[in-house]
Amino acid sequence: MVKVNILHEYCKSCKLCIDICPKKILKIGDKANKKGYFAAVCIDQEKCISCGLCATMCPDVAIEVYKAKG
Amino acid sequence: MSTEMKQVFGRSAGLTDVPFSFCPGCTHGNIMRLIAEVLEELEIIDNTIGISPVGCAGFSQNFFNCDFIGAAHGRAQAVGIGVKRSLPDRMVFTYQGDGDIAAIGTQHAIHAAARGENITSIMVNNAIFGMTGGQMAPTTLEGMKTATSPYGKDTGKDGFPIDMPRLLSQLSGAAYVAAVSVDSPKEIAKAKKAIKKAFQVQQAGLGFAFVSVLSTCPTNWGLSPVESLKWLRENMMPVYQMGELKVSEEVAKL
Amino acid sequence: MKPERILLKGNEIIGEASIQAGCKLFFGYPITPSTEVVEYLSGQYPNRGGDMVQAEDEIGAINMCYGAACTGNRVMTASSSPGVSLKQEGISYAAAVELPIVVVNVNRCGPGLGGLGPAQSDYYQSTRGGGHGDYRTIVLAPSKAQELYDFTMDAFDLADKHRNPVILHTDGFLGQTMEPVVLKPRPEAPVVDRSWVVDGAKGRDKRVLASYSLTNEIGEANNLKWEAKYKHIEETEQRWEEYYTEDAEYLLVSYGTTGRICKSTVLNARAKGLKVGLIRPITLWPFPKKAFAPLIDQVKGIMTVELNTGQMIEDVQLAVECKKPVYLYRRQGGMLPTEHEILDDLMLKFNLTDEEA
Repeated sequence: MVKVNILHEYCKSCKLCIDICPKKILKIGDKANKKGYFAAVCIDQEKCISCGLCATMCPDVAIEVYKAKG
Repeated sequence: MSTEMKQVFGRSAGLTDVPFSFCPGCTHGNIMRLIAEVLEELEIIDNTIGISPVGCAGFSQNFFNCDFIGAAHGRAQAVGIGVKRSLPDRMVFTYQGDGDIAAIGTQHAIHAAARGENITSIMVNNAIFGMTGGQMAPTTLEGMKTATSPYGKDTGKDGFPIDMPRLLSQLSGAAYVAAVSVDSPKEIAKAKKAIKKAFQVQQAGLGFAFVSVLSTCPTNWGLSPVESLKWLRENMMPVYQMGELKVSEEVAKL
Repeated sequence: MKPERILLKGNEIIGEASIQAGCKLFFGYPITPSTEVVEYLSGQYPNRGGDMVQAEDEIGAINMCYGAACTGNRVMTASSSPGVSLKQEGISYAAAVELPIVVVNVNRCGPGLGGLGPAQSDYYQSTRGGGHGDYRTIVLAPSKAQELYDFTMDAFDLADKHRNPVILHTDGFLGQTMEPVVLKPRPEAPVVDRSWVVDGAKGRDKRVLASYSLTNEIGEANNLKWEAKYKHIEETEQRWEEYYTEDAEYLLVSYGTTGRICKSTVLNARAKGLKVGLIRPITLWPFPKKAFAPLIDQVKGIMTVELNTGQMIEDVQLAVECKKPVYLYRRQGGMLPTEHEILDDLMLKFNLTDEEA
């Protein structure tokens, strides 16, 4: 299941999300977006705790965060 | 069996879908997100008119999902006052950089506060003139190297940084003045609270509300986005007075 | 019911006319000789539903007008020459965003701090778009109390009709003179398109009123649009008064207070048997070129009468395509000429004697 969704075309590869992630599961991906930025990606959705810190720090509002219900 | 998911973080309805055009890591985006969320939470998006300045903050007119008016450099508060006097039941806010408010627009900021004009002003302070290529601003710190202080700002020649929120908090018509930052999740949470209160002050008709937000400018500071947050924390926060600097009696009751 | 006729000072007349025209917003700053506009409205507004700000400065005032005009309400500011200089950036912005704003200039003499006396030395500033960029503002020049009233009303209607700033260009003499004026009711307001107004995006898409052109292509397209508008205004809004021009051999051209004095000059000249007439521009921009076309062949010479070093004279020379001599009679520094001085100079310039009659 997808807990953190980084919107590929909005990301500017600034790494603020990577820096803040307490689980260290965000990395710069290997696919460039239309603007030429290598967007960040989540490399281990299972480990994500849906804390939302990445989305809080993202200056491009490029991250959606989901949490399991219940 | 698939688990049901709920979204806990998404793009506010207070923002358009247009991707921000700011530099990577520029915290303009964070600040705009907070304002957009506040507009949505207070249910005032379609009753709000924003005033954009000249500077990087000028692009705000493309990113907020409400009516906007572009003002001349430094004049956003005067423009906002004209709007508010014309349509007193609308919410009016200005979104300005430190170059706009603390240099050319100081006159209007002071008098908006002195008269207690019922608008909300947000100042994004990155201690530099960003849009035009990183020149020294009245908020630039001592020793900071900029395009017009290539050897470092010399306070003997160019003066000390102006602390706008501290200045405005002295004026009777200023009902709420806060100085916040967006360098960490904790500070971002404080910033959102202050911004929300600044709009609630306007809703209640209590006078001038001003929030100064310390922000980064990685491009002109010559630092990475992550390093910029650290630089802000270590250099700007000690110089500028932080926190809620003015809370009038009526605002305290809100 | 007959409209009221009262005695008011020039500047107060402007204030009263603006209220009668449905303008309930004013942003200004005290500057002699325009201050009575601010003072009159500050006394009238509380009981007549208006709101005004005595702004921190002229720049604040014009920008407040800009904001208020964006919301679709009528708005006015009033100042005098040095203050109007400060407003130029704001007027340029208002022209770019196409806002109806009425700006009153009670012209005093300059440059610099100058003096408080009447002048026409802001003619260029008013008619050439005194701020940066290629824009024009409609300019109306009253010459007496009733015109101060009527033209203030016209200014608002023209501003709304063309979505453009309008300057009411008067002078310190008119502003300070008390005369009876008939408080005519407001003429029927023009029906205007308001789909551009910014007043909160309830039930519609958001609107942005701004003037940054992101690309050169956009910049050019914008300027072409404004150029077309100004051409249309030039074609349709030229206004002037003709006085004894039908058989005139010599023309005086003058506006405002001197336009009024020149009427006496014309009568005195006619009494001497000299065929002198007057064209009194009412719109300084668009300049009333159409007034001159039928008279170019007929007249022997023209003299402009101005309170400056010679500004309107260029527009007159252009209007007659330099086909006939155009001279200048001028006073400066706040001085006003008498009707006799003007006639003496006309006769001197064109070598006329009483016996010529």
